Amino acid sequence: MKRLLLVVAAATMLAACSSTPESDSGAAVEDRTPGAGSGAGSGTSTQPITTTTIPGDPLKDPSSPLAKRSVYFDFDRDDIKEEYRPVLEAHARYLAQNQGKKMLIQGNADDRGSREYNIGLGQRRADAVKRTLVLMGAAEVQIESVSLGEEKPRCTEQTEECWAQNRRADLLYSGEF
Amino acid sequence: MKCAMTRAASCRRITTIGARQDLTYNFASLCAHHAYHAVSRHCYALVMPSAAAPSHLDIVEPVNRLLRVAFAAFLFLATLLASPAFAQLTIEITGAGGNQIPIAVVPFAGEGALTPAISDVVEADLARSGRFRTLYTGPQNLTDASNINFLPWREKSADAIVVGGVYPIGGGRYEARFRLYDVPKQAQLGALAFTLNAQQARATAHRIADFIYERLTGERGIFATRIAYVVKTGPRYQLQVADADGANAQTALASNEPILSPAWSPDGNRLAYVSFENKKPVVYVHSLATGQRRAVANFRGSNSAPAWSPDGRTLAVVLSREGGSQLFLMNADGSNVRRLNSSHAIDTEPYFSRDGETIYFTSDRGGSPQIYSIPVAGGGPQRVTFQGSYNVTPRISPDGKSLVFVRRDDGRFQVAIMDLATKQIQVLTDTSRDESPSFAPNGRMILYATNTGGRGVLAAVSSDGRVKQRLSVQAGDVREPAWGPFLN
Repeated sequence: MKRLLLVVAAATMLAACSSTPESDSGAAVEDRTPGAGSGAGSGTSTQPITTTTIPGDPLKDPSSPLAKRSVYFDFDRDDIKEEYRPVLEAHARYLAQNQGKKMLIQGNADDRGSREYNIGLGQRRADAVKRTLVLMGAAEVQIESVSLGEEKPRCTEQTEECWAQNRRADLLYSGEF
Repeated sequence: MKCAMTRAASCRRITTIGARQDLTYNFASLCAHHAYHAVSRHCYALVMPSAAAPSHLDIVEPVNRLLRVAFAAFLFLATLLASPAFAQLTIEITGAGGNQIPIAVVPFAGEGALTPAISDVVEADLARSGRFRTLYTGPQNLTDASNINFLPWREKSADAIVVGGVYPIGGGRYEARFRLYDVPKQAQLGALAFTLNAQQARATAHRIADFIYERLTGERGIFATRIAYVVKTGPRYQLQVADADGANAQTALASNEPILSPAWSPDGNRLAYVSFENKKPVVYVHSLATGQRRAVANFRGSNSAPAWSPDGRTLAVVLSREGGSQLFLMNADGSNVRRLNSSHAIDTEPYFSRDGETIYFTSDRGGSPQIYSIPVAGGGPQRVTFQGSYNVTPRISPDGKSLVFVRRDDGRFQVAIMDLATKQIQVLTDTSRDESPSFAPNGRMILYATNTGGRGVLAAVSSDGRVKQRLSVQAGDVREPAWGPFLN
């Protein structure tokens, strides 16, 4: 019985070994040396050429919704405004299709009041974005939500326009932070 | 010649001249000459930025707490991870207290051999506390060995007089001796002697000032304590530790990412703080003597707001690892993490009561950020603040009777104090962007961060709101102050 198994195994291996050269020899070999195969006038050949595009990284395509990485919030609020849903849907889809990708969401707050409480406010915003992405199909394990509080302002004036820019959450993929 | 008792305008400001070492040395040597004692008040903050490590301090008599204090402090100083601090704090007195004790600090005989002059530092310490009115003494031929004729001091309305001397004892060492007298009673209140080397003049002076302060006010002095704070210069963050008067600043940690919420361990040897060096808030415990640091809370999400229990064994921290900003307790080495409370709110800024049984914290569970307390052993939280829509950053006074916090009123953020028994609230400051209040270990002063002219500065206010000081650095923002404990 043991011997029989060995014979079968050896035969299988042989078959496997022989399969590659067989299919190779069966394929037509094309000579792509320039000027080869045709006579005079080969430089003006009208043979059609097919263009192949290797898909670029959609994260780096400025025309992709994935290029949008910031979600802004109202004063003391953490609800996601309607206008950011398409962007978050695109990110959720991307994460769902790329399970190996990880995302860091950094929540921020304007600089009024306690620094530690502002870490809390930024965390709440980052958590809101994460929750939304998970509801839209991203996996929880792909996303870490953290807060930078008021420590990383995008704008440092003491104006409402400025504060509004600092009440935001930023989406970063691994390799970007 | 010493500065006048009335604190002429030119004397109110204790200035650091020159952040650069060469300048500092120049002025320091100038100050050593009597001719320049007229500007002595301007010399207090002149310290060698990278002061040579003092070896130790001996006390000849009497052996008391000061010995342990001084020795511990010098060991600490000697081994503090030091890098030269180019930005030194200057202190400006912006408000004085009432009921000040008139005191004459006579220049110590022979003190010109040391920089700074000991009596200058003693006088500045006492004046800055707001509890004393320092009297102009003029040149006097008095030492600790003199028989004191009290009459002229009574005429000057002095309640107390300090006399002393600095005597070389060989090997680059000195003995500093002083006596404190009660003028109306014509009686000695105390005397001490220290041996020191040339680098220990300032620290010795702080200890002398502490002794005088305690004898005359009945409460411990804080001149020999230390403060921690964060300086931001451009993109650079430095966690610094300095003497309580802002002198002798040394950098414990320098980083290109934010550092915040430093908290002293009760033994004064370690700082817990939050660093963003990993692109998110992580809590570290940093041993100042060795420079060793370790991430004690580095969980998924944010880790922040460390607070020490009074026995130094437990840290309260805020973690978002289970969602939201929530209170947790852990051992000081980061082990045994357990949740203190659960809410759907932001719970942050924990602070232990002095008996360690209660934690005060900020929470917006009621719709706006307010201060609550919760028993450490378990139980429900109780709301502490009710007035206004923004009360944050609770800090309990060393005697456990008052609560200091930051409240927002009409767009102004100000430090306020609440009597925990009567619930009465008093706003202490006249600044409007106050943050991070921190009690001196004797409870007399509160150090906090504020903003003037778009720049972060530190300020201090007495717990009765009367004495006000401002501390700033020339080339940066100062924030996140934390007053260290007594060293003993």
